[in-house]
Amino acid sequence: MPGDGTSAQAGRVTAGLGAAAPPPPARRWRVGPVLDRLAWGAASVGMFVLIWEVCWLVGWADPKLLPPPHVFLGDIPDQARFFNTATRWQIGMNPADGPSPYGAVAITVASTTMRVFAGLAIATLLSVTIGVAIRYWELFGKLTLPTITLLSPVSPIAWLPVAIFLFGIGNAPAIFMVVVALFFHMVLSTISQIDNVNRNFINVARTMGATKRQVYARVIIPAILPQLLIVLRLNLFASWMVVLVAETTGVGFGLGQVIMLARNTFNPSLVFFTIALIGLLGFASDWLLRQVQRRVLYWVPENGGVLRGL
Amino acid sequence: MVFDPARPISSADAVACRGVGKIWAAGTERAHEALIGIDLDVAAGEFVVLLGPSGCGKSTLLYLIAGLEPATAGEICSFGDPVERPSPDRSLIFQETSLFPWLSVGQNVAFGLAIRGDTAEARRTVAKEALARVGLAAAIDKRPDELSGGMRQRVAVARALAMRPKLLLMDEPFAALDVQTRAKMQDFLLDVSRASGASVLFVTHSIDEAIALADRVVVFTARPGRIKAIVPVAMPRPRDPFAPECVDLRRALTEALRSEVDRAFAEQEALAVTA
Repeated sequence: MPGDGTSAQAGRVTAGLGAAAPPPPARRWRVGPVLDRLAWGAASVGMFVLIWEVCWLVGWADPKLLPPPHVFLGDIPDQARFFNTATRWQIGMNPADGPSPYGAVAITVASTTMRVFAGLAIATLLSVTIGVAIRYWELFGKLTLPTITLLSPVSPIAWLPVAIFLFGIGNAPAIFMVVVALFFHMVLSTISQIDNVNRNFINVARTMGATKRQVYARVIIPAILPQLLIVLRLNLFASWMVVLVAETTGVGFGLGQVIMLARNTFNPSLVFFTIALIGLLGFASDWLLRQVQRRVLYWVPENGGVLRGL
Repeated sequence: MVFDPARPISSADAVACRGVGKIWAAGTERAHEALIGIDLDVAAGEFVVLLGPSGCGKSTLLYLIAGLEPATAGEICSFGDPVERPSPDRSLIFQETSLFPWLSVGQNVAFGLAIRGDTAEARRTVAKEALARVGLAAAIDKRPDELSGGMRQRVAVARALAMRPKLLLMDEPFAALDVQTRAKMQDFLLDVSRASGASVLFVTHSIDEAIALADRVVVFTARPGRIKAIVPVAMPRPRDPFAPECVDLRRALTEALRSEVDRAFAEQEALAVTA
């Protein structure tokens, strides 16, 4: 009997609260910004993994050709064996020498990442400098822009032989490939951003007595920075793609070389393992650039939210 | 109000235009005449409003006087010196916000001083003073995107004032603001321009704005822009927009503009047909 009383009371209390308090804002699907994003990332990847695993379970995906994630991620030490960075081809080297499998994975990942960032840095520096120079000195622009436009549609693959002719094997050809893949587009996009700088900004600077150099240094460069960083982020993905192509040809070691090895030895597990690794690296480096962007471009409002109300 | 084109150019005049014309893209297929035969003087300390339909070349005239674009005909002088290039003596303020988003409010105001190479200390002092004059001293370390549209335009005015210009050129500076803010900004601008002693050449397509502000209203024709009439407004400020003189003036200006707007429309339609 007393139990009944309290439960009835409790019911009344909650009912009363519900009537008094305004309904909570509709915040379903949102936990906390960081946690939220992580959760959605996991959900997104998880969904595809699930589909894949189901396909395998049902028998649609042949595990010899499309091994599901639990197969190619299941035995990492076994996969790591293939990441061999020992320089066995060199005379006097003991084929058994070399870093441990995990060490080799780390070295492989580090060297590919280094090539990506070195290429990206060189390409950015070079293309922004050239792009600004093309608009700054008209004659220089007239002399170089047609050639740059002419070369920009050439696929990076076409530069591969050139890279090998010029730089042989090692890091240099891979970095060259990244630079050449990004350079032309980034020059063109730098120029189009310069052309799109708000006229008023330039006119204000001019009426204040700014010289051409001051207009470029104090107005045009800061004005194009936000777009440049976005271009840089997009090109980061492009450089991850190109570096793999470059590494498939005699770089010594790198993720591209592992993919090539996997192809030659018919090892789909290794292919997917490497793809997973690359995806993770690309994602991490994009996140890194986004952090840089947020620090450097403090004046650019965080985007998003505009489409949410639709 | 007949202007005598033979009137000699005086070094006391903030602006003196003689037969000024501008053809955009001259010598090409897209060439079009924006201004023809502009004769106009602006006295030191005078507030002159350029009024006309959109695209009549009022802004073009402002750009020519600022020295951002060369005139294709005639002569423009400012305080007796021919205008050949932009000068900090002639500050230009735009319709849209033109504050640099990567600089703080104070750095924006001191931009011209930084260009000139003033020390950081001097810049800060001037920025403070200029911001105080527009009533935004507290906003010195804020970022432009933290301010409202009206505040941003006040900062733009402060940035122009920081250079101690003798002439303020304003290209529809309040057009993007709501009506109430606009009225406030007009009062504020009158105070500031009186205090600084600078001449103001103010472009607008709003008749009410012209009546509220001007010592003289210069009415433009539709493209190509010519001066149709120069109307002095002798009423003391602040002006009651519903005072009989203002109502009469508004009627006269509305009439003058209507025929020009009609002409501009007819011309645009003709252009659309040929295109």
